[in-house]
Amino acid sequence: MSQQIYIKKDVHFELFEVNLLHADDKQLIQISEEMGLALNLEEMKAIKNYFTQKNRNPTDVELQTLGQTWSEHCFHKTFKGTILTPEGRTIDSLFKTYIAKVTLELNKPWCISVFEDNAGIVQFQDDIAVAAKVETHNHPSAIEPFGGAATGTGGVIRDVLGVWADPIACTDVLGFGPLDYDYNKLPLGIKHPKYVFRGVVAGIGCYGNNMGIPTVNGAIYFDESYVGNVVVYCGCIGTLPIDKYIKKAKPGHHLVLAGGRTGRDGIHGVTFASLELTEKSEEVSRPAVQIANPIEEEKLKRAIIKIRDQKLASSITDLGGGGLSSAVGEAAHKYKCGAKVALEKVPLKYLNIPPWEIYISESQERMLITVPKKNLQTVLEIFASEDVEATDIGTLTAEQTLRLTYDETVVAKVDMDFLFSPPKSLKRAEWKQVEYTEPTFSEPKDLTSILVDLLSSPNIASKESVIRTYDHEVKGNTVLKPLCGIHGGPSDAAVIKPLDNSNRGLVISCGINPQYGKIDAYWMAASNIDEAIRNNIAVGGRRIALLDNFVWGSPEKPDRLGSLVKACEACYKYAKGFETPFISGKDSLYNESPLGPVTPTLLITAIGIIPDVRKTVSMDLKSSGDFVYLVGQTYLELGGSEYYRRLGYIGCSVPVVRLNEAKRTMDKVSNAIESGYVRACHDLSEGGLAVSAAEMAFSGGLGMDISLTRFPQSVPITRNDFVLFSESNSRFLVEVPEKAKEDFEAIMKGANYACIGRVTKEKCLLIRGLNGEPVIEADLDVLRDAWKKLFGG
Amino acid sequence: MDHNNIKACIVRVGGTNCDAETKRSFEELNVKAEVLHLNEIVKSNNLLEFDILVFPGGFSFGDYVRAGAILAKSFSAKLNRRLKDFVEEGKPILGICNGFQVLVEAGLLPAFDGISKYPEAALATNLPIGFRCRWVYLKHENLGNCVFTKKIPKGKVLRMPIAHAEGRFMFPKDNEGSCLEKLVDNDQLVFRYCDEQGRGTGGKYPYNPNGSYYSIAGICNPEGTVFGLMPHPERAFYGWQLPDWTRGEKPSEFGDGRLIFESVVEHVASKI
Repeated sequence: MSQQIYIKKDVHFELFEVNLLHADDKQLIQISEEMGLALNLEEMKAIKNYFTQKNRNPTDVELQTLGQTWSEHCFHKTFKGTILTPEGRTIDSLFKTYIAKVTLELNKPWCISVFEDNAGIVQFQDDIAVAAKVETHNHPSAIEPFGGAATGTGGVIRDVLGVWADPIACTDVLGFGPLDYDYNKLPLGIKHPKYVFRGVVAGIGCYGNNMGIPTVNGAIYFDESYVGNVVVYCGCIGTLPIDKYIKKAKPGHHLVLAGGRTGRDGIHGVTFASLELTEKSEEVSRPAVQIANPIEEEKLKRAIIKIRDQKLASSITDLGGGGLSSAVGEAAHKYKCGAKVALEKVPLKYLNIPPWEIYISESQERMLITVPKKNLQTVLEIFASEDVEATDIGTLTAEQTLRLTYDETVVAKVDMDFLFSPPKSLKRAEWKQVEYTEPTFSEPKDLTSILVDLLSSPNIASKESVIRTYDHEVKGNTVLKPLCGIHGGPSDAAVIKPLDNSNRGLVISCGINPQYGKIDAYWMAASNIDEAIRNNIAVGGRRIALLDNFVWGSPEKPDRLGSLVKACEACYKYAKGFETPFISGKDSLYNESPLGPVTPTLLITAIGIIPDVRKTVSMDLKSSGDFVYLVGQTYLELGGSEYYRRLGYIGCSVPVVRLNEAKRTMDKVSNAIESGYVRACHDLSEGGLAVSAAEMAFSGGLGMDISLTRFPQSVPITRNDFVLFSESNSRFLVEVPEKAKEDFEAIMKGANYACIGRVTKEKCLLIRGLNGEPVIEADLDVLRDAWKKLFGG
Repeated sequence: MDHNNIKACIVRVGGTNCDAETKRSFEELNVKAEVLHLNEIVKSNNLLEFDILVFPGGFSFGDYVRAGAILAKSFSAKLNRRLKDFVEEGKPILGICNGFQVLVEAGLLPAFDGISKYPEAALATNLPIGFRCRWVYLKHENLGNCVFTKKIPKGKVLRMPIAHAEGRFMFPKDNEGSCLEKLVDNDQLVFRYCDEQGRGTGGKYPYNPNGSYYSIAGICNPEGTVFGLMPHPERAFYGWQLPDWTRGEKPSEFGDGRLIFESVVEHVASKI
C-alpha cells in the first residue's frame, strides 16, 4: 500500500483513511483493486463525489461497506441495471421487465411475500405458509469444494430462517466437469472434477444431515464447461405460521447478533463472487471461503423458532454475503431507519481483527434480529438456553445514517440513501448466432445397445450412491423419496407431508438442461420451466410456484448478456403462460475461468401442492396387464439431446414449448391423477421415450410391450431412433389399470395421447418400431445394471 | 388406550435432530412426551419424574470425538446418580441411532455386569465407509427379555430405515466370541440385519448395511429395559413412510416401527 493513499489513523486499532479526494481515475481503480472492492470507475467516482461533498476522506470501513453493498452479489446490478439491445431497445431492469412481472400480472392470492425478503413465501394451508429459496455457491466450491458446498447449504437454510420459517427440506442441483477429464488438460489453479465432485457431495450431505433437514430433491449434471466453473445450487424449504411472519422493526429496537463468532473466514466473499476465477483465485480468495459448523446452526435454529413462536423480535435477517454490512444495512434500509453499531461488541474467534473485517466477514451461522427493549432480556436468555452466543451490538435509529463505532471512535458514517443508490449499471447485449447444424447420419442398427449406453451415461445414470449419502428421511415426513419403487427408481419429484394434522403435501421438483443452453438460451429456459412443472405434475402436484436461478458468464461480455436477456424473455412468457408465478430467485454471474465461460445454466425449481399425499403417484410400473399411454406430442426435436451427444453431435433442433398444447396435456394428466386413474407416471426428458420406459420398467420390476405404430405425432417421423430419443417437452408415460381405461380416455379427450402398449410380467422391455418389428428388446436386469453401474449404489 | 399418565422424556442437545418425530410416535399412543434440552433437565432436576427416557437420533455435539461420546459423558457427568436410579428402578431407556451410540458410550449397553465405566462395545465407522440412508430388513431375535419388542414375535422380519455413518456394531476383537455368547445367553440380542426373507446376510452389503459384527442392529441390557438400535422406528411408524407404499392402492395404516413404541408403552402401563 502506498503511503499517500492510505493514511493510518492514530488509534489503538487498525483504521485507515483512504485519500480518495486527491485520487485520479487511475488511482481510483487502483484503490478498488488493492482493497478488493470490485467496484468500477464509475462507482468509485460516485463515492469520491459523495465524500467530496462531505469534505473528508472515507475510512477503509466505509469503502469496504460500499464495496459489499454495491456488489453484484448483494445488489444484483445486472438484473436491476439498464441493458441496451442491438436493435436499440432499452431494458430497464431485467428483473422488473421479465421475472417480477410474471408474478405481478398473475397476482395470485396465495403469494404472500415474493422477491422482497430472504425467501419467497406462499400459502400452504389455512394459516401455514411455505418459504422457499435457492442459492448458488459456485465460486467458493471451486476453491474449496467441501467448505463451499457446506456453507452454501448452511446459507440457504439461514435464508429460510431469515423469514421466520422452520426449514423442513433441502434440495441440491450440481454441475461438474466430466469425472474422467484428462489431468493434462487441467489449467493451473483448477481442481479436477472428481475432487470437486467428492468434496461438494460430502459438503452438502454434511450440512443437511447434521442439521437434520432431509435433502429430498436434486440433480447432477455433467458438462465440459463446468470443469472450470463448478455449479452448486442449494435450496431450502421451510414452513411458518403466517401470523408469525413479523416485520415491524422500529427506531430504538436493538440489533442482536446471534450464533457463531466472527473471524477472518469469508472476507470478500461477495466481491469474489462478482469476479471471474483465475489461476490466482486459490491464493487470493481462499479467505473468501467460510468454515461450516452445522451444529451451531442447528442450535441457532432452535432458539430462533422459540423467539418466533413467542413473537419477541420485530424483524430478522441472516448474515450471508457481505456479513454484518449487508444484514445491518438491509435491516435498517427496509424499515426506513438508520443504524448504529458498536463493532467492538461483536464476539470474535480471535483477537485483533480490524473493524472493516469484522463488519464484512462472512463467518457462518450468524443471524441478526431486531428486538424491542422490553423483550431484550428474554431473547438473550432464550439464546443462552440453547447454548448460543447472542450479543446486543447496536440499535436502529430514526436518523437515516449508518454509524459504526469501535471503542467509541466513529469508524464509518454514511447516509443510508447514498449507501443504497449505487450508480445504475448500463450494459450492452448482443445476440450471437450459434453455428451448430443438424447432423445427418443413418439410423443405427442396434438401438438396444444405444439405449443401454444412454442409461449408463453420466447425466442419466442412477445417482443412488450420492443420494444415499444424504439423509432424505429425517423428520419422518418424506412421503415420496428421491428413489422409489422396488429397485430405487428415479422419482420425478419429492413429496413432503409437513403437518402432522393434515394430509396435504408439498411437491418439490426441478428442471435443468444446460445442453439446450448451448444452442438457444431462450428454449432452454422455456424447456426448464416445462420440465420442472411436468415433474411436479407427474407425482400429483399442482398450484405451482417457481424459483429461478441463473448461472451465467460475465455480463460485461455482450454475448453472455444477450443470452441472459433471451432466457429472461422466455421466463416471462412461459411462467406467465403456465400461470406459475416466480416467488424467489437469484443470479450468479461472472462464472468464467481460464477454460472459458460456464454454459448458460438456468435452474427452475417448482414448489407444488398435493391436496392428499395418499394420492401421490410414483414412476415405477405397478401391475402387469395395465395399459401404457403416451401423453403429449413427439416432434423431431433432438438438438441438445443425450442421443445426439452419445453420437458426438449437438444439433440445433432444440425442443420448444407449445404453450397451449403443453397446458392442455398437463391439466389433463393432473386431472387423471387426481381422479385416481393413474398407477404410475413418468415424465419424458433426457433420453426421451426409450429411457423413460426403461426406467419405469426396471424400477417396478415389470416388463413393457409397447409399439411406436400408434404414436401421437404432428408431422410423421419416419425413423425409430428419432421417435425413441426425441426430447420434446410436455410428455408423460402413464400406466393405467384396465378398469380405468375408459374413464382415463374420457379425461384425455382433446389431448394428444395414445395407448401404446401394456405392462407385462416378463422381465423385458420390448418396443416395436414404426413397422411393428421389435427395435428394442432388453432384459430389465441388463437395463438396470447399465443404469446403476457408472456411479454404483 | 389412554396412556396419559405415562411420561416420556426425549433428551436433546445441540445436534439432536430426530426429537420431533420421536415425540410424535409416543403421542400417537397417547403418551405424554416432552422434548427437553439437557440444560433443562439438569436445571429442573426432574429426570425421575419420567417413565421412559429416550435418546433420539441426530449428531449430538456434532459427533466430534466419537459418535455419541460427548453426550454420553456430559449426561453421565451431570446426572450420574439420577441416571443410575432410573436404570435401577427398571424404567425403560431407548436409544435410536445416535441414541444407541450414546447408550454404548455411556456404558448402559450392553452392560453385561451393570453400567460399565468404559464402553464394552463400539459403533464404528461403516463398512463400506460413509453415511448411508436406506431401508433395511431386521430379524427379531429376542426371546422375550426386551421390553421394547414384547409385541413382536421371535423371528419376525421388520422393515425400517437406517441413516448413519457410524453403525458398525463391534465387540473387542480379542473376545468377541465370548461377548456374543453372553449377549445371546442373556437374551440381549434383539435385532439382526437380514434379507427380505429373514435369512442371514452373510455380512454382505447392502443387507448388512454397515458391516456390523454378527449383523447386530439392536441390543438390550441384561434386564431388557435399556434398548438401543441403529434403524429408525419413528421413520417407519406410518404406512406412508414406507419406501414403496405407492405400489399399493393406498398406504397401509402403520409401519413396523410402531411395534417398538407400542411394546414399551404397554410394558410401562402394566407396571403403573
